[in-house]
Amino acid sequence: MLSKRIIPCLDVKDGRTVKGVNFVDLKDAGDPVELAWQYAQQGADELVFLDITATHERRKTMIEMVKSVARQLNIPFTIGGGITSIADADALLSAGADKISINSAAVKNPTLIEDLAKVFGVQFVVVAVDTKLVEQRNMVHLNGGRLLTELETLQWIKQAESLGAGEILLTSMDHDGTKQGFDCKLLDQVCKLINIPVIASGGAGKTEHFTEVFSTTGVDAALAASVFHFGEITIPDLKTELNKHHIPVRLCK
Amino acid sequence: MIGIVNYGAGNIFSLTSALDRLKLNYGMINTESDFDQYSHIIIPGVGHAGAAMEKLQQSGLADVIPLITKPVLGICVGMQLLTAHSQEGDAVLTNIIPVRTLLFDKKLGIKIPHMGWNNIEIKDNPLFAGIEDKTQFYFVHSYFIEYNPIFGIATADYGLKYAAAIQRDNFFGVQFHPEKSGQAGERLLLNFSNLKS
Repeated sequence: MLSKRIIPCLDVKDGRTVKGVNFVDLKDAGDPVELAWQYAQQGADELVFLDITATHERRKTMIEMVKSVARQLNIPFTIGGGITSIADADALLSAGADKISINSAAVKNPTLIEDLAKVFGVQFVVVAVDTKLVEQRNMVHLNGGRLLTELETLQWIKQAESLGAGEILLTSMDHDGTKQGFDCKLLDQVCKLINIPVIASGGAGKTEHFTEVFSTTGVDAALAASVFHFGEITIPDLKTELNKHHIPVRLCK
Repeated sequence: MIGIVNYGAGNIFSLTSALDRLKLNYGMINTESDFDQYSHIIIPGVGHAGAAMEKLQQSGLADVIPLITKPVLGICVGMQLLTAHSQEGDAVLTNIIPVRTLLFDKKLGIKIPHMGWNNIEIKDNPLFAGIEDKTQFYFVHSYFIEYNPIFGIATADYGLKYAAAIQRDNFFGVQFHPEKSGQAGERLLLNFSNLKS
């Protein structure tokens, strides 16, 4: 049976992780390699690194960081932020990234999804979608929710799947940062609409939110940042709790 | 020492990193004569099975691999290359292990690709020494190898029961990625390196 995945997301700027992290035994909370390794030890199933400087400053995700992570990490990881071409993706793949996540570049140039899938296979291509309610309609947004597009979220996701996306990472900007739970209603609609894996993101505040999203929707994975970084939820506790609710997870010893 | 068949199908950085962490020595196999230097052979591979087979043929190594008598481990598409045929690109493969590689059927109510951690049922086999039954490994694939009781040494269940690992004589194949499967995956690579020629 396929397990539901728990994915911590690390924001990276200039090759250093940002946002506070308070693991007790961490020597350098800004070192993405050490942080990634700690998460893998705790039982994270996968990691996402998001280069937050990428979109605004056109900065390419640092290949050296990806290599260092790949050397140490024995679980899969995804790199997102500022990927706009086959060459960007190829450099990340060669550096050891398992998947890449594209967002703005896919909206601006949907054939990029098709091209990436053709060259690297659909399993390499995660399409990240940031959604926000505008007059009761879920609309795709760019630049961290600041820029409204003309794309309706469900339609765009369907299109991304047909172009060759291997996975959808859906972040609800209305829920992100609220710690009030995932957007289960929308995630349920998305999972019924497409036949590729879906990662839920935005709104995780407590363990019950993970139980809820896995019990009420067909999502394959749930992603969160601050609740893990600040130790509000630990991955072993979370997985034990999910297991109690008969949600299939990978328990680490 | 482990030789990695270097035929250009996918990236091997994660694999060599895992071998580095395990302190296992390795080198690259680019031509037929390179096989002599190594005691164990790994065939990696991601992406399209048909395209991978073409690359393997272009490298001139496809005809040599069936003759190897040392332990061989195919990973993911590298495993599929050991089979007779893949529906991916309707490709004729090496037929070292006479089973077929098929596309998952979404009518089974499953998402494709099969992506993530899946537990496997393990038969008693030195490749899985010290690894408990039902251990989870990391899978990423849209095509699978049909289960066959003679050659199957581990099975996974995803819509149907299929081969997570196969063996015929000195040829082994795993559908999952041991280099991405945490400690269990590292143990498997170590077990492979300890197989007797």
